[in-house]
Amino acid sequence: MTAPRDQATEPTVTGVGRSAPAWRRGLADGQAPVIAVVAAGGALGAVARYGASLLWPTAEGAFPWTTLVVNATGCAVIGVFMVVITDLWAAHRLVRPFFGTGVLGGFTTFSTYSVDIQQLVQSGHARTGLAYLAATLLAALAAVWLAAAATRRLISWRRTK
Amino acid sequence: MNWLLVIAGAVVGAPLRYLTDRAVQARHDTVLPWGTFVVNVTGCLVLGLLSGAVTYGAASHSVQLLVGTGFCGALSTYSTFSYETLRLAEAGARFFAAANVIASVVTGLGAAFIGTAVAQAMWS
Repeated sequence: MTAPRDQATEPTVTGVGRSAPAWRRGLADGQAPVIAVVAAGGALGAVARYGASLLWPTAEGAFPWTTLVVNATGCAVIGVFMVVITDLWAAHRLVRPFFGTGVLGGFTTFSTYSVDIQQLVQSGHARTGLAYLAATLLAALAAVWLAAAATRRLISWRRTK
Repeated sequence: MNWLLVIAGAVVGAPLRYLTDRAVQARHDTVLPWGTFVVNVTGCLVLGLLSGAVTYGAASHSVQLLVGTGFCGALSTYSTFSYETLRLAEAGARFFAAANVIASVVTGLGAAFIGTAVAQAMWS
């Protein structure tokens, strides 16, 4: 079984030994523009996430709604984006690294999710922590699935019209 | 200044995620997305350590923005984690989709707990 990832558009690592650090192999691989757009997109996404946390701060011990909404939104958008870029739009090779890997990857966060649960449990809010654990998972997986399915339907409906 | 700290952390974290994912994915032929797993668990460990350091006064608010919000936030990802899980489920690998979710959440939480425990041992 092959891995269900679509990295075929990215060149394979050649010419540089596997012992070389990842960033050196990346540069030798002609990956400098990709790395640059991932960094720029990641900064944009992180700034948007930080802005959301300032606009809607979460009190200590409270349910972290802001991070949940940020993560679920990022999952819905990647569901739309990946279908569009796979089925509909032959985008420039830097579009996916910039928006998918950079912006959406920088916007959503797994580390804050885990550490928020840990903090809730350790501060005596275990029930809130467990509810948050489950609610984020459900919201994120439902968002990516529904967004991808709806986008596919919309594309095939437009094609048959 | 705060915004610049977040940007500075993210400018390192996001490319590191991309390069780590490529390096890890090139080294195995299993269906599980280990690259994303590695960056997510690493982000949880570092952020756990950092939040402990902040609690015990060993790290400032600026470090939290740079390393926590910027670096760890951009290094870890929920969107790719969800999308890769969906791809596994759609490819018929339901068991691996479930395994990816359970392994990521359990190990990520474990890393967060270990990080804060280490911080407590070092700085409390």
